[in-house]
Amino acid sequence: MLHWMTTISIWMIPLLILSVILYGTMKRVPTYETFVEGGKEGINMSFSLIPFLVGMLVAISVFRASGALDFLVQFLQPLLAFLHFPSEVLPLAIIRPISGTAALGMTSDLISVYGPDSFVGRLAATIQGSTDTTFYVLTVYFGAVGIKKMGDALKVGLLADLVGIIAAVIVVTLVFGMN
Amino acid sequence: MVNYIWGGMFVIGIVFGMINGTMDQVNKALFVSAKEAVTLCLGLMSILVFWLGLMKIAEESGLLDKLSTLFKPFMRWLFPEVPPNHPAMGYILSNMMANTFGLGNAATPLGIKAMEQLKKLNGGKTTVSRSMVTFLAINTSSVTLIPTTVIAIRMNYDAHSPTDIVFPTIIATAISAIGGIAIDRYFYYRRKRNGRE
Repeated sequence: MLHWMTTISIWMIPLLILSVILYGTMKRVPTYETFVEGGKEGINMSFSLIPFLVGMLVAISVFRASGALDFLVQFLQPLLAFLHFPSEVLPLAIIRPISGTAALGMTSDLISVYGPDSFVGRLAATIQGSTDTTFYVLTVYFGAVGIKKMGDALKVGLLADLVGIIAAVIVVTLVFGMN
Repeated sequence: MVNYIWGGMFVIGIVFGMINGTMDQVNKALFVSAKEAVTLCLGLMSILVFWLGLMKIAEESGLLDKLSTLFKPFMRWLFPEVPPNHPAMGYILSNMMANTFGLGNAATPLGIKAMEQLKKLNGGKTTVSRSMVTFLAINTSSVTLIPTTVIAIRMNYDAHSPTDIVFPTIIATAISAIGGIAIDRYFYYRRKRNGRE
C-alpha cells in the first residue's frame, strides 16, 4: 500500500509536466518561448515576497524565542483540559497555523515520545496532515500580489483550522479509541 | 487585524523577553529568522519560475480552460463573483488539485497566480475581495489525499501500519474545508448585512 503511494507521488509531477508539454506541442504552442515568458513573472514575484515574509517570520520567531508562546500554551492548558482536549497535543494545535517547521518538529517529537500507534501519536499525525500553516499561506499569497488589507481572511482561516483540529480529535477517537 | 497581531507578537515577545530573561534568544531569533525568510524567498524563486513557466504553456494551450469546464457547476457555486470562463477559475482549480495530491511546491505558484487574477477582477485594489477570502479558506484547510510527510515520520518510528491515519486525515481535512466554506459564507453575509459589501 505504502509502496504504491510513494510510487504514485514520485510519478505524479513528471507525468504532469509530460502531459502539459505534450498537450502544448499538440496545440502548436511555442512551448519553450511560452515557458520563458511565464517563468519571468516568478522572479519579480519572489522579490516582492521578501518584505512580507521577513516581517512575518521575524515577528513569529521573536514571539517564540522569548518564551511567550510556551506561556500562552501553559495558560490555555487548564481550560482545554476542562474541555477534554488532550493536553499533550495542545502546543501542536496552537503552533500548527503559525509555523510549519515548528509544527513538524513537534509532531515527530510527540510520535517518538508517545509512540506512532498511540492515541496522541495518531492524533498529532492527523492534525499535522489535515491543517495548513495559515499564517504562511496568507503571507505568501497576499504578499505576492500586494494585498495589504486582509479583511476577514485571517479570522476565517484560523476558525477553519480550529474546526479541523476538533474534527481530528473526534475522528481519531472514533476510529482508534482513546488508548 | 493583521497589524494588531503582527505588532502584538513583537511587543509581547520583547516585553516577555525582558521579564523572562530571554533577551539573548530574542536577539538571536531576530537576525536568524530574517535571514531564513530571505533564503526562503530565494528558494521559492526556483519553484516559482519553473511552475509559472509550465503553467503558462497550460494556459496558452487551453488545458486550463478544459480543466475548469469540467468542474464548472461546483466552482460557480463556490465563487459566484468570478465569471465562469475567467482564467482565475482555472488557476484556482489547479491549485486545489495540486494541494489535494500533495504537490505543495506546485500549489504555491498556482495559488499566487489565482490571487493575481482575483486581484484583477477586484479592479487591482490592494484590499481583499470576497472570492479571495473563500479561496484562502479552502486553501488553509488543505484538503490532502496522501499526507506524505506524516506517513514518512510514522514509518521512521516503526508504526504498525504507517498509512492507517490516511482515512482519519481525509475526513478531518474534509470537515475543516466544509467548515471553512461555511465560516466564510457566514462572514460574507455578516459583512453584507453591515453594508460593507
